Amino acid sequence: MRIPLSWLREYAPLPEGASAEYLMETLVRVGLEEEDVHRPSDDISGPVVVGQVLTMEPEEHSNGKTVNWCTVRVVPEGQEQTLTGEGIDPSGIQGIVCGAHNFAPGDKVVVTLPGAVLPGNFAIAARKTYGHVSAGMIASVRELGIGDDHDGILVLSTLGLDPEIGSDALALLGLDDEAAEINVTPDRGYAFSIRGVAREYCHAVNEEFVDPAADLAERAPAANGSGQPVRIRDDAPIHDRQGATRFVARTVSGVDPEAPTPTWMSSRLRLAGIRSISLPVDISNYVMLEYGQPLHFYDADRLTGAIEVRRAHAGETLTTLDGKERSLDPEDLLITDETGPIGLAGVMGGASTEVTASTRRILVEAARFEEVSIARTRRRHRLPSEASKRFERGVDPLVAAAAAERAVELLEELAGGTAEEGVTDVFDHYYAHEIHCAVDYPSKRIGMEIAESDVIKILQDIGATVVRTGDVLQVTVPSWRPDLLEPEDLAEEVARLSGYEKIPSTLPVPPSGRGLTVEQSVRRRCLNALAAAGLTEVASYPFVSEADNRLFGTPEEGESVPAIALANPISESFGSLQTSLLPGLVQVLKRNHSRGFRDLALYESALVFHPREHLGTQNIPAVGQKPDPGVLADLHAGLPRQPRHIAAILTGHDAQVSPGVTPRAYDWQDALDVARMVADTAGVRLDLRQGRHQAFHPGRTAELFVAEGRRVGWAGELHPQVLKDLDLPERTVAVEIDFTELARTAGAPVSAEAISGYPAVTQDVALVLDADIPAADVLKTLREGSGELLEDVRVFDDYRGSGIEEHKKSLACAMRFRAPDRTLTNDEASEIREAAIELASQRHGAVLRG
Amino acid sequence: MTETSPDNAAPLPGPDPVLEDMAGVLDTEPERGLERVREAFSAEVDQAIESIENRTPDFDALKQVRLRFTGEKSGVGVANRQMRSLSNQHKKEIGKLLGQTRARITQALEARNEQLETEHAERILVEEAVDVTAGSGHRSIGGRHPVALLQEQAADMFVSMGWEVEDGPEVESEWFNFDSLNFKPDHPARELQDTFFVDPAEAHLVLRTHTSPVQMRALHQRDVPLYIVCPGRVYRTDELDATHTPVFHQIEGLAVDRGLTMADLKGTLEHFARQMFGAEARIRLRPNYFPFTEPSAEMDVWHPNAKGGPQWIEWGGCGMVHPNVLRAGGVDPDQYSGFAFGMGVERTLMFRNGVPDMRDMIEGDVRFSEHFGMEI
Repeated sequence: MRIPLSWLREYAPLPEGASAEYLMETLVRVGLEEEDVHRPSDDISGPVVVGQVLTMEPEEHSNGKTVNWCTVRVVPEGQEQTLTGEGIDPSGIQGIVCGAHNFAPGDKVVVTLPGAVLPGNFAIAARKTYGHVSAGMIASVRELGIGDDHDGILVLSTLGLDPEIGSDALALLGLDDEAAEINVTPDRGYAFSIRGVAREYCHAVNEEFVDPAADLAERAPAANGSGQPVRIRDDAPIHDRQGATRFVARTVSGVDPEAPTPTWMSSRLRLAGIRSISLPVDISNYVMLEYGQPLHFYDADRLTGAIEVRRAHAGETLTTLDGKERSLDPEDLLITDETGPIGLAGVMGGASTEVTASTRRILVEAARFEEVSIARTRRRHRLPSEASKRFERGVDPLVAAAAAERAVELLEELAGGTAEEGVTDVFDHYYAHEIHCAVDYPSKRIGMEIAESDVIKILQDIGATVVRTGDVLQVTVPSWRPDLLEPEDLAEEVARLSGYEKIPSTLPVPPSGRGLTVEQSVRRRCLNALAAAGLTEVASYPFVSEADNRLFGTPEEGESVPAIALANPISESFGSLQTSLLPGLVQVLKRNHSRGFRDLALYESALVFHPREHLGTQNIPAVGQKPDPGVLADLHAGLPRQPRHIAAILTGHDAQVSPGVTPRAYDWQDALDVARMVADTAGVRLDLRQGRHQAFHPGRTAELFVAEGRRVGWAGELHPQVLKDLDLPERTVAVEIDFTELARTAGAPVSAEAISGYPAVTQDVALVLDADIPAADVLKTLREGSGELLEDVRVFDDYRGSGIEEHKKSLACAMRFRAPDRTLTNDEASEIREAAIELASQRHGAVLRG
Repeated sequence: MTETSPDNAAPLPGPDPVLEDMAGVLDTEPERGLERVREAFSAEVDQAIESIENRTPDFDALKQVRLRFTGEKSGVGVANRQMRSLSNQHKKEIGKLLGQTRARITQALEARNEQLETEHAERILVEEAVDVTAGSGHRSIGGRHPVALLQEQAADMFVSMGWEVEDGPEVESEWFNFDSLNFKPDHPARELQDTFFVDPAEAHLVLRTHTSPVQMRALHQRDVPLYIVCPGRVYRTDELDATHTPVFHQIEGLAVDRGLTMADLKGTLEHFARQMFGAEARIRLRPNYFPFTEPSAEMDVWHPNAKGGPQWIEWGGCGMVHPNVLRAGGVDPDQYSGFAFGMGVERTLMFRNGVPDMRDMIEGDVRFSEHFGMEI
């Protein structure tokens, strides 16, 4: 909302010389946040004066253009030019070349004299042109920054003006005024008006506010039977609330719709951000800005019969003011006459009854429409407007008659009209809302002692009626504050008008906490471990393409992946939510690669999204109460599963070449390391199995399992074809872990093992067996075959080639034996080893390598 | 002694011939024979010491010298072989001389050997010297994302006061995201938060526009009193630019207890602000509107260490929990009151750590995270 200062001053004691900045600073104290300053004088400065054209000589030039060589009087005859400076003629008559032709000698115009600066930093100076020295410019409205018209210069008589020659044209055109733009929060519909802001200003500076609507309402004639017949008939109220609760209609006849809008009005509208269109339109906008009551003007002679406010019927259409034919929804609230719909109530009028240049009788509508109904119609027809904005936030139901009176008076004063006697006021009802509030409640909620008398005074200042009964205040809230519903709302009013800055600081003491959850602390340790191990954490958007999910979201090629689609994505090509973190990491990797980084080890921790069979629920419970358990269960069941994943992608080398450093290329083992690191850090046992995933190299991929055979992810080298398709460096490796699943078993206390101080015996064994038997299986067998005295066993070589049959391999394993209670002998160790080999031979057909 | 003079290149002369025929000398010169043998041993020792001093620049040379003075053909060696042929009387005298000579030579050799070993070890250390400033290391740490670190740091601050940390889903039911927080259907406030909707719209699922639905979930799952913070990722349909991103993070707090006031809210925020911005940080509240709080406030923080000097900076929103929110959470607003607050993590990072551009935080350029490492 933009507040022209001159306008506000009519209703609030704004100090002389106050700036828009001062106003914003003042209003922010009562909760109207500052947005911007609009000050034409920042862009335009004088001397810009009223001049009268004395002579004009058309001169045709060789370029085919005819210009006028004019003499313009800029100082009243008989007076002296008091301005000095280059190009200012002491005679008070300036010679000016003008390209426009829409004026004649005797016309009063706006002359920008040398030294003036116009919007766009356009400095005016005397300069030679078309064989003359042109000392200034006769300005158009566009050059002055007050309109779009550039077809000719501004002739002041067209604005109904006949000012004195030499007077300040900037003041005349309202260009010396300025506006403060404030942000009005959705609960404060009344502050979308000069009247409302004036009230708030008075609160902020602790001055008494005199409501201008009171006077108007008194002047307004009472409803009588002779006005325009109006009926309200809402057969389908939304949320049981009538679509219209008031309809005031007044008629003004004998209007001249083409009378000029006075500059005081057009300049205030312009500062408020609204273009001047025609006098009737300007008046309706002016009154709306002033009182917050949207108005609609009808050509009364084009109305047929009685007006009825009702819901649309199926199949009805309406051509709105913008010339568009709109299909109406049975929920749309309409203004109709005997011909059918003539307006979308509170949103946009219809073309058939529009006020035109030939209109002589105007019907003024000042109505109150219900918030939700207007909001839905506005959204449905995509017709946001200043009027709907106010109706959606709630218009003061008691201001309609005053606003209509204001409009009628302006039509009389400015458009030469005469108010007809008939006055219509269909007023359904208005029950003032009452709140019962303990007198000490605001102090208790705010945490600051506020005197009871102050509490009562503040509530009266905002327009409420307060009756005290014992310790309880019966507060009748003002008609323009539909947001005040509960004692809490009153507490805010009291806090805001006493000043938030007075609220003290105290630190509450919560009950003893339990610290982070297991998942939270394990997650942190894992993410820290990866960073300490040299990986870099990144963040990316979870928006991916369907193809991304198809490739990375499922191990099997061609399988369809259920994923969540967005109704309004940022980009259609990234319209799905990720089921894997790898597409995001791929993008980040590529971005870094393109910025010249070749050695990259990136990881991310984020949620992925798997829809369940039923997506969401139709049943959305009401505001302000806890839903029944069944309804809540439905809400929970409709949510997608959203486990946290941790994923990493690595390419290039683990270090940079430098003296004494030989970098090692990242390979599939590094991807497996990340998985092990996460599991080890989480204290969870991880099983790696030879695995497959369409995005991974078929021979260099591990599937990751935790207890009970629950799969938690994949690790390995990405598929060469995938790397090629995605334009990624060769041998890029990746890992993705379902951390939620992995961490499910984390956090159980670890029981310590006795550490034997006796010496160990180490023995090696080389087993020849089928090449496709996983080493992990062989190790498991050796462990099993050895029993408890085997402390550790690992593969130290995997040999295939000469000396070993085709399709066979030789696995060389190092076994370490130790007893808890004695020094183990070599013979004992050998015996255990033999038993282990025996089991390997039975289970895998392994043969001791000769 | 490590230098080798040209003379020293010449072969070493053998032992005094006297030592090669001690019996003969003792026989032919009964008077002076013994004296001559003694002199010959003495000369052998002198020669050995002189050789060790001048002819043993390295281990090879020392080996040659050792061979010459302790080997078969050395004075000690040849003398030793003649011992059996000496008379008992001489055997005793000369045996003693022989022992003393061997001991002195061996001792000198050992001393030299030790010296050479020391020199060798020192030389190796010199040879092995490197420019430790040239290498860039085998491994370096990577980095946490500062947005994550800031959330953890903030959470730790609250945990230290006894608060707890809650996480929640990002795809959220409209009821939890809006209605339960007193956003009425069709109310303009609902449109202030430009929302991503899940397709189809009838599912009434959204990408959460704030972490507040986590608070509602906590109210359902826990008992009051309750003090929690909810850090996490949230979504609004903003275009990405230097100060906006459609995906960002928030930290929100909720306290519900008997008798909580706005003063408690302000004190809590002030404590938090001092941890984040320094001991001189302060909080200023300005009236504002949120559907879920009443009274509501915008909070500014006095940032004593801001780039460009200490100043007030808009930090977030807060207020006293609206009774409808407590009711939706199953809490009786006549018995309990609460306060809530929330701030943007990215925005906090921007003015706390001087991050100039929002895009740096979401593009994933490794330089951004690595610059912060493990600390912010």
